[in-house]
Amino acid sequence: MADLRELETTLDELKHLFSERAQTGETMVLNMGPQHPSTHGVLRLILELDGETVVHAIPDIGYLHTGIEKNMEAKTYLQALVMTDRLDYLNNIGNNLTYCLAIEKLMDVQVPERAQVLRVLMAELQRIASHLVWLGTHCIDLAALSILLYCFRDREHIMDIFEMVSGQRMMTSYIRPGGVWRDVPPGFEEAVKDFLDYIPAKLDDYERLLTNNPIFKQRTQDVGYVSAEAALMWGMTGPSLRGSGVNYDVRKAMPYCGYETYEFDVPLETGGDVYARYRCRMREFRESIKICRQALDRLSKTKGPVITSDRKVAPPPRSELSTSMEALIHHFKLFTEGFSPPKGEVYAATESPRGELGVYLVSGGAPKPRRVHYRCPSFANLQVLNYVAEGHLVADLVAIVGSIDIVLGDVDR
Amino acid sequence: MNHVEKTVAAIKAKFPEAVEDVIGFRGETTVVVKPESILAVSRFIHDDPELNYTYLADLAGVDYYPDEPRFAISYIPYAMAANARFRLKVYLPGDDPQLDSVTGVWRNADWFEREAFDMLGIKFNNHPDLRRLLMPADWVGHPHRKDYPLGYEEVQFSFNWREVDAKKPYAKD
Repeated sequence: MADLRELETTLDELKHLFSERAQTGETMVLNMGPQHPSTHGVLRLILELDGETVVHAIPDIGYLHTGIEKNMEAKTYLQALVMTDRLDYLNNIGNNLTYCLAIEKLMDVQVPERAQVLRVLMAELQRIASHLVWLGTHCIDLAALSILLYCFRDREHIMDIFEMVSGQRMMTSYIRPGGVWRDVPPGFEEAVKDFLDYIPAKLDDYERLLTNNPIFKQRTQDVGYVSAEAALMWGMTGPSLRGSGVNYDVRKAMPYCGYETYEFDVPLETGGDVYARYRCRMREFRESIKICRQALDRLSKTKGPVITSDRKVAPPPRSELSTSMEALIHHFKLFTEGFSPPKGEVYAATESPRGELGVYLVSGGAPKPRRVHYRCPSFANLQVLNYVAEGHLVADLVAIVGSIDIVLGDVDR
Repeated sequence: MNHVEKTVAAIKAKFPEAVEDVIGFRGETTVVVKPESILAVSRFIHDDPELNYTYLADLAGVDYYPDEPRFAISYIPYAMAANARFRLKVYLPGDDPQLDSVTGVWRNADWFEREAFDMLGIKFNNHPDLRRLLMPADWVGHPHRKDYPLGYEEVQFSFNWREVDAKKPYAKD
């Protein structure tokens, strides 16, 4: 009985979100999730259904809320870095990168050339890996099961490269304030080159399976249409926005890590539907491969340090510790007290696979950040759902959620 | 004069009373305005065809405890055509912080404001649906406030198993 009463009060609080027909029982209010295989994690959607047609789809988020932003305030800047990996677990490198860019902006630190190239290379590999997971899970939502297995097989190559470079497959913490953790091991360039030679043919395969597939097209074309104005109004970014024909990419608009010196296009589609977003991401794969090739080429040409020589930010090399007193002091200071950026606030943004990933960092002049706010693309993009879903079938809703490409770790933080 | 400088000048000309401070730091411009005028300023920079800040990139709350004014909300409007962004900031008192919602100007401020309400307890007037976003509806307190404890769970070892177990909140038989 108690449960029923609780349910009634919950519905009472949400009454204003549904149409009046829900009161009379003409339409049905149903939960989808939080444990539903097609909500990509623990997303709960409160649906108001008229038969099988969605009247309202209200996302209820917070099931994966970890309080990482709060926890980061209790740690030094360097310690907090490892928590950023856990936000968007398909874009670990990007989370590290955005946070480090914010710190570097705050402290006005210069990053060596080789580190910039490595950052770009790793970020683009991460984009390919993330898009592969998106492709696999999106297709599984549309009942094309085999693609998932293919995609995860290909993603494994990137995970192997990450493991080779950082010692970890996913939670890499490879990008550090002032550069990257350490230089790449021997055999890295060959591994990346092999992967870049391997993946285009596989992508051709997937496109052959999907792009002109009549069933896939029926499920995606004219489903989940978002106009350019609506997409901007709801604050969408990334491929979801570019699928509606708005040319906005942080890599072009506010270049970081030397993206302005790379040659690549920003794929645009004007369809605005699930299919357009699919096409957009498929083309992004190719652009990322293009950037990776250029970065790899530069990597062989740029030699030198991979982390700043500013000892107030980055630790000295291990070899110096036994000979230099100063190095020992710097090392000790960095790993006990940490560094203290000047008082101020900055906002740094990168283009994550899902859109604009921003970090708003407020420093009070102490070794711990006063406030770290992640402007997560999944969080911002998911808001549009109720607007898009109206009038669609429940099965289409699944396709729409998949096409927005949310990661719940990114939504809930 | 770039777009951000033009914006600052336009805001100063239009709302001479509202602008409290203009701060430049690391190439970013922060315009501090009075909380009661945030809606008017937002509407102005959004609607003005010259300024054209039609996109809200970010909205975040900050807790400056124990300083006063304790809270701040930072908005990052973005003018896509001019590729310009700056920071609008309002400071709010620690006692009953509230200000007008900008959801009428930028629709996507919705969840960002709900998050600030949930995490910091800042009230946004005229918000269409001001409920908790991330925490459960019956949660007490606002976790992102500086005076809200982080909370730890004591680690259970064999030597203190019963002791820690007795403090756990689940139903005992």
